[in-house]
Amino acid sequence: MKYATIKKEDLNNWLKHLQKKARLYAPKKKENLYIYRPVKDINEVTLKYIPTILPPKKYYFPQKEKLLKFMAKPFKTSKAIKEFEEYILFGVHTCDIAGIQCMDVIFREGPEDPNYLNRKEKMIIIGIECLEYCDKFANCASMGNHVPRGGYDLMLIDISEKFIVHVNSEKGERFIRGLAYIKEADEKDMLALEKAREAKKKVFKEEFNASLPQVYEAFNKHFDSSVWQDLAKRCVACGNCTTVCPTCYCFDVWDEMELSFNEGMRYRIWNSCQMEDFAKVAGGEDFRKGRDGRQRHRYYRKFKYPMDKFNRYFCTGCGRCTRSCMAEISLKETVNTLLAEGEEQK
Amino acid sequence: MIDREILLEKMKTSPYKPMRGKIIESKMLTDKEKFFRIELEGKINLAHEPGQFVMVSIFGYAEAPISVCSSPTDKGYFDLTVRNVGVFTDKLQKLGKGDIVGIRGPFGKGFPIDHMFGYDLVIVAGGLGIVPLRSLIRYITYNKNDFGHVQILIGCKTPKEFLFQEETKEWMKRAEIKLNCTVDRADPDWTGNVGLITTLIPGVDIYPARTYAVVVGPPVMYRFVIKELLKKNIPEHQIIVSLERRMRCGLGKCGHCQVEGIYICQSGPVFDYSQLKDFKGECHEKVL
Repeated sequence: MKYATIKKEDLNNWLKHLQKKARLYAPKKKENLYIYRPVKDINEVTLKYIPTILPPKKYYFPQKEKLLKFMAKPFKTSKAIKEFEEYILFGVHTCDIAGIQCMDVIFREGPEDPNYLNRKEKMIIIGIECLEYCDKFANCASMGNHVPRGGYDLMLIDISEKFIVHVNSEKGERFIRGLAYIKEADEKDMLALEKAREAKKKVFKEEFNASLPQVYEAFNKHFDSSVWQDLAKRCVACGNCTTVCPTCYCFDVWDEMELSFNEGMRYRIWNSCQMEDFAKVAGGEDFRKGRDGRQRHRYYRKFKYPMDKFNRYFCTGCGRCTRSCMAEISLKETVNTLLAEGEEQK
Repeated sequence: MIDREILLEKMKTSPYKPMRGKIIESKMLTDKEKFFRIELEGKINLAHEPGQFVMVSIFGYAEAPISVCSSPTDKGYFDLTVRNVGVFTDKLQKLGKGDIVGIRGPFGKGFPIDHMFGYDLVIVAGGLGIVPLRSLIRYITYNKNDFGHVQILIGCKTPKEFLFQEETKEWMKRAEIKLNCTVDRADPDWTGNVGLITTLIPGVDIYPARTYAVVVGPPVMYRFVIKELLKKNIPEHQIIVSLERRMRCGLGKCGHCQVEGIYICQSGPVFDYSQLKDFKGECHEKVL
């Protein structure tokens, strides 16, 4: 079974089924925004949402993660996490799935990161394909992440009264097997899928004013562009952009002691390259002192460095950095300004 | 090397788990720098390359990257020298013989000794730069038949900050080594050179095509020393440097040590100048 269908009225039944199988996380509304939460009330689950405040990375790369349990005297260490439990990420946008693929590349590269890989192994991803833009901040079409490109177990596509379910892994098949309300897709369904994808082509247009390779070229050429000074004037170095980014993974390592001051836990905690002391060394030298350099670093870690190393852009196009920026720094605008700079110099 | 395999295996299964390291010797070298000799559990050798570093753990105080200052030819233990600059190093300096610290590593790429055999060497150490360079100098003095003429230039702010003074005298006794020191500001007992380390370079006699220069010191020193070395026509790829960066994991993940797309903890800390000069920003060690 490669393609299945589920009627919208059966969705809640399926969610109940999933809830029994593994820990279930799904998007729900929070005031005017959306968040990923463990599902308690299935009626709160929504599939029509703009990207959640935090990407689902909080589940596979927790904001504060146990690394090591320790005792100072006598010197002893033990595993901080004994077992990783299976969990389902439900209703994941394709941009966020691209984000997970980026994280895979980072944490699989030697030396491997067992914490991430253990969590990844226990993850089941059920995606939802967007047929419309979430809002004006997204640049997923330019990044090519508005359509599914693997990295999920099941993918839902809305074809009015039903969802098509693309079964992309054996693991995914386990979660639809033996359910009377999930049927194999017939020719009519497949036609409807094709129609939905055709209609989508008219909706999603590349958001950057040039092709992706040209964007890369612009980054290659304009390291010393005045764009970065302009960003520095506005940036307040709050770190929102990196916190909400599905492909930002920088961290700090902290110890926390129990009251005995002998036993404790070592954690890694999200950190941000936008913070003032991020690249400052013991000798006092600060290698990325200005906000211009720090903002530039963030952009280059999305559009240039990972391309050189992994042939992969680390911008997923989700638009979160723009949405969450207090200074209204827009990624689309920044990239387009950089592209325009290239034009002027020609 | 069997010890190396044990260490690599450990790192693979649990890269954040430190090994037990027992301090078997410690002494203050100056007001600010303390020397530690450390023995790993099972007396296994750290099996490092000169120029590599380890992550030192003190539970409750997290970790810090520290250069190894002994040679891999020193068996059964390794040495660290640490300046007191903050909370972690302050706590570390309070530890002494018999105390236990956690050790992860060794990490990164050391000095390219496999390339340096059969070459003359100019070693330039500014301030704390002598600490990682001590691992190389000890390696050279152990394998003394492998290298050509070795010239060591050491510079520090004042005579009081001169590290490894006794050992330096031992190095000076060796026929193949020529050693020169200078201080920025002298005191009444100082009889040696006074002035910046760059002043020593013009007087160095070399055949550039067969000379490796190895430079370690603060960023500002690199800029001027490398400039002088280039004037001497030493090829860029034969000028070796070691970069200090903030490191929290040593595994090429945490992002702090990144220079452009490169994680210094994995691809460095040792680079040659031909790699360094292409960095556009964030590299304060480049000749301006």
